[in-house]
Amino acid sequence: MSIETDRRDPDRDVEIPLPPALRKQGQLKPWVTPGMLGAAAVVVGGLLVLAGFSTGLFIVGTFIVFAVGLYVLSRAVEGRRKATDRLVTVTVTAAFLLALIPLVSVIITVIGNGVARFDATFFTSSLRGVVGEGGGAYHAIIGTLIITGLAALMSIPVGLLTAVYLVEYGKGRLARAITFFVDVMTGIPSIVAGLFAFALFALFFGPGIRLGFAGAVALSVLMIPVVVRATEEMLKIVPNELREAAYALGVPKWRTIIKVVIPTSIAGIASGVTLAIARVIGETAPLLIAVGITTGVNINPFDGRMATLPVFSYNSYAFPGVPREPFLDRAWTAALVLIIIVMLLNLLARLIARTFAPKTR
Amino acid sequence: MGKAIDAKDLNIYYGSFLAVQGVNMSIRPQTVTALIGPSGCGKSTYLRSINRMHEVIPGARVEGRLELDGKDLYGPGVDPVGVRRQIGMVFQRPNPFPTMSIFDNVIAGQRLNNKKLNKSATEELVEQSLRGANLWNEVKDRLDKPGSGLSGGQQQRLCIARAIAVQPDVLLMDEPCSALDPISTLAIEDLINELKLEYTIVIVTHNMQQAARVSDFTGFFNIEGTGKPGKLVEMDQTKTIFSNPTEKATEDYVSGRFG
Repeated sequence: MSIETDRRDPDRDVEIPLPPALRKQGQLKPWVTPGMLGAAAVVVGGLLVLAGFSTGLFIVGTFIVFAVGLYVLSRAVEGRRKATDRLVTVTVTAAFLLALIPLVSVIITVIGNGVARFDATFFTSSLRGVVGEGGGAYHAIIGTLIITGLAALMSIPVGLLTAVYLVEYGKGRLARAITFFVDVMTGIPSIVAGLFAFALFALFFGPGIRLGFAGAVALSVLMIPVVVRATEEMLKIVPNELREAAYALGVPKWRTIIKVVIPTSIAGIASGVTLAIARVIGETAPLLIAVGITTGVNINPFDGRMATLPVFSYNSYAFPGVPREPFLDRAWTAALVLIIIVMLLNLLARLIARTFAPKTR
Repeated sequence: MGKAIDAKDLNIYYGSFLAVQGVNMSIRPQTVTALIGPSGCGKSTYLRSINRMHEVIPGARVEGRLELDGKDLYGPGVDPVGVRRQIGMVFQRPNPFPTMSIFDNVIAGQRLNNKKLNKSATEELVEQSLRGANLWNEVKDRLDKPGSGLSGGQQQRLCIARAIAVQPDVLLMDEPCSALDPISTLAIEDLINELKLEYTIVIVTHNMQQAARVSDFTGFFNIEGTGKPGKLVEMDQTKTIFSNPTEKATEDYVSGRFG
């Protein structure tokens, strides 16, 4: 039996009618969707003007009227399947826009308030001897970079090797225990990590000690589980066939890991690590406890308090001097700088992923 | 140069599960031996035990003797990594290293084992291996391109070039053509015929025509039922196995009257 491609009866040369299931239903014109949205806005707006206007109610009401109206219209013209499709599309889009609101709001607020002091002085001078206007966060930027850098230096090797152990070597009870505790560590509140580091260093140096290095330890407590998880997932997706290919060439296991498994997954590992850094660079609570804050530049993490951007921002906002305005402006600019650093780290992660990803041509 | 393989009362286990039982098999140097049999009968397990690759799976172990030119591969003091350097393997799915160029893939065995070779020797080895795998003419102008950009059949020949670049004595092939089209399959089969001049080749295949075309000897593995161990039913010259086998099960299998 052959498949008929010609829709004509060969004997009678008469067109065979399409069975109902295959027949195309009516279709709404493309302008109907924006038209319906406009109509919903006009209707809801008109009703609200009569009853007293409120933006939130207007948006929610417009959405509901729009979604219901579109569904009913589509159901009448296009049938049930298409109507459901339209309803779900509208709902998903609305959820996306809802999620976007806080994000956009934060960015607009921070840029709006932070741009006033986003100048050269902010990046070149500290707060030493500054009582009112002027001054900058050079000391806090450098402190953040040093402490986060130290935390990364400690966390990346530990996290990477732990992940290699879990994926390549770990079996039985020890591996299960490590996986469990890594999961537990992922959920540690950052303040607990800060208290841990503070208490640990207080044991050695006496109570009241504040060190940049203690902050780095607190951050690495938060960072290690993230690095382990990210690296573990990346190592797991390296196909086993590649390991076997290397073994079959007489390559020992450790060398296979270093030269085949890790290079194959390095893109994902590098971007995971970068995102882990971005995750801890904005931590405030642990640094407030373990590192404290200063007004001057301190680049020695083993000698006393250091300033960091999140703590600088918090401190300027919570305990402003007189007049208040310059302190609040500096707090917003510090927040803006922090967002920019995190954004740059994310861009860096993408760049790394693209550079190292295995190429096919 | 090819070496002989002798299995003597070989039992292969995964943990406490006996996967393959009592294999006695002599494979002559510089011949092609095909292993055929239904899925799950242990032929791949047996193949992987020849270069101790099955040990990669936790709990896998072997009883009995497996000799390469008379030396027990499972004897005390034998390094499995050393065994794999002498017995190369080609897998079912082509698996070139995705991070490496075609050139680097061919000399991966040397590079990954940190063997230092000077530039001209390296280039010579790459050309020789790629020619050996009948791939040189197709890739000589793009050796620096990634190996994963080649077609499936070319990738499989690249994997064969990679396997012969470490100059093994034996080449194991685990269904090397099952993921390839007929033309690439033909290219690999031609290649097997050339390679047997230098190497001992053991090939697992589900394609009985392929076994008949490429092999000198054929071993038929069978399994009595699920949970039972696989056994070597019969091994003989390929001609005999396909025309006049001793065992009824073999005849049923090769004539398609199985089960």
